[in-house]
Amino acid sequence: MTKYLARRLAFAVFLVIAVSSASLVLARLAPGDFVTASQGGQMSREAMERARAQYGLNKSLGAQYVDWIVAAAHLDFGQSLLYDRPVRDLIPERAANTAILALTAIVLATLVGLPLGVISGSRRGGAVVGAIRSASLVLLSMPPLLTSLFLVFLAARSGWLPVAGMRSAQLPAGGALLDLIRHLVVPAAAIGLPLAAMLERVQAQAMREVVDQPFVLATLARGVPRARVVWRDALKPALRPVASVYGLIIGTLLSGSFAVEVITAWPGLGNLMLNALRARDVYLVAGCAGAGAMFLAIGTLVSDLALGLVDPRGRA
Amino acid sequence: MNARLKGSRYSRLGFALVAIAFVAAVAAPGLAPHAIDDQFPGLLNAPPTLPHVQDDAGSWHAPFIYRWQLVNQLEQQYEADRSARVPLAWFSGGRLLGSTDDRRAPLLLLGADSFGRDVFSRLLFGARISLSLAAVAAIGAMLIGAGIGGIAGYAGGMTDDVLMRATDFVMVLPAMYVVLALRAVLPPVLAPAVVFSLLAGIFAVVGAPFIARGVRAIVRTERGLDYAAAAQALGASDARLLVRHLLPAAGGFIAVEMTLLVPAFIVAEATLSYVGLGFPDPVASWGTMLHDAANIRFADFPWLLSPAAAMFVVVLGLNLALERRASGIESLR
Repeated sequence: MTKYLARRLAFAVFLVIAVSSASLVLARLAPGDFVTASQGGQMSREAMERARAQYGLNKSLGAQYVDWIVAAAHLDFGQSLLYDRPVRDLIPERAANTAILALTAIVLATLVGLPLGVISGSRRGGAVVGAIRSASLVLLSMPPLLTSLFLVFLAARSGWLPVAGMRSAQLPAGGALLDLIRHLVVPAAAIGLPLAAMLERVQAQAMREVVDQPFVLATLARGVPRARVVWRDALKPALRPVASVYGLIIGTLLSGSFAVEVITAWPGLGNLMLNALRARDVYLVAGCAGAGAMFLAIGTLVSDLALGLVDPRGRA
Repeated sequence: MNARLKGSRYSRLGFALVAIAFVAAVAAPGLAPHAIDDQFPGLLNAPPTLPHVQDDAGSWHAPFIYRWQLVNQLEQQYEADRSARVPLAWFSGGRLLGSTDDRRAPLLLLGADSFGRDVFSRLLFGARISLSLAAVAAIGAMLIGAGIGGIAGYAGGMTDDVLMRATDFVMVLPAMYVVLALRAVLPPVLAPAVVFSLLAGIFAVVGAPFIARGVRAIVRTERGLDYAAAAQALGASDARLLVRHLLPAAGGFIAVEMTLLVPAFIVAEATLSYVGLGFPDPVASWGTMLHDAANIRFADFPWLLSPAAAMFVVVLGLNLALERRASGIESLR
């Protein structure tokens, strides 16, 4: 187990280094640099050269990369040119915002998707099952890009909820937490609803397989109430396939949250990466890509470990 | 089993939706009333012109529209000029339906965008780009995935290890960030053909591992079966055995995976174009149309979101079609 964990962690570290190095090199290879992107044609040639020297952009690609990787080994990921702050301070701040959004979305998806999946998977047709199944089919066909556009449209039309950002400029009545929650509704629902549909699907399929097994019939025959059989005895084994889906979700979560962050102006990692790319802020691009890779690596590791807890058969 | 393979009404509905989108994309030049860059400067963000067949007096006519008149420049509000009917003409000027007074009263079935361009026409032409990009990328992913998966599963050993490690690596990459970084290497504005091949290539590489892993597993199993040994005993070469005998066994799996990849690619193009890293402006794709919509308060102009609705219809159609595929395979088990 320790050996397995060590191997996985080593791979995660390798992945983060590879992704951030590749992004740095790619962002550096792109035509133009931070100076041309931010100043346009406004500066004189000498002033541009001075600015390049100040940011370390006048060095060769190899020299710049070596400087960066040596500093990164000491946990100094360079200075963001765009925000004029260390990348090390900037990333955790934005990554935390993305994590808040992603976790809320997962919790929402779980609370909505799993119970509905249990209901639709344990019954043989009927109006309720039909309604749940069509709702999940519709939501499954609406990736976060579409749900967020739709929800932003609804929120803007009705004026019920804020459609952009994470906090109000002026703290409204009810305190900071309520304000954050109000801002969270649209982006978290945009990511969470398609996920809920996916979980409903998997949970329903798993339930359908479990309720056909003889032990369910035997439990019912012993006189255990139906609700208790469904929600306790059948649910437990049906949770295993669902647990494995969470590992897959984490990948889609990061891609999905990118679109949602941009559309709802959520100040997360995705928005930061986009701004960094547009401004050719090479160190920040590398930092964001590395943070994205780390997010994914940690997520898959946690979900694999959780799966091992639920289902001992898969333990390596 | 036969009844289930035929599928439910829903799956047929799904195929119909996808077929409609496909026909609309192919026939766009004949169906669209306007070109993608036809601008109507007096009709910025104008609402849809609904075809009428009955005028206010209650008498019936061949289909006609009313002309929009700008009543509030600032809020861009329009009112129909109900005093004059503008008849619609069928099959005029090489298109299915159009207004008889294109300059003053164009037919805008889904309104106009903020440049005064016909949203319906752009939606049809956009379908060509969005759908063909997704299809080409899915075919690319299939070729790469089937190639890698087939070779890995057939050869086994060291080759298998190396190839599968590589696909694992691509699969754990943060896909959207990688696509962004790769796209950003090149200048922001590129020729549409270059953007098309670039995005198709990136999408194909990112999507291929999902196909490769499944194909490898299937080829590995099939390789041990009697018919493979028989073909080999009859003198089939490795390449022939793989391509003619083993890969066809993975056909169903590949078809299902491609149906899953196409919606993902449609959305990926839309996301990239939405943030301004996709196709350049005059080109109509569903993503660039949403990009234009995002620049203004689209809550006041809901027709600008029609590309999102179109995307939903296509993805829903593919999901419904897959329903049949999936249940067909399930019942075969």
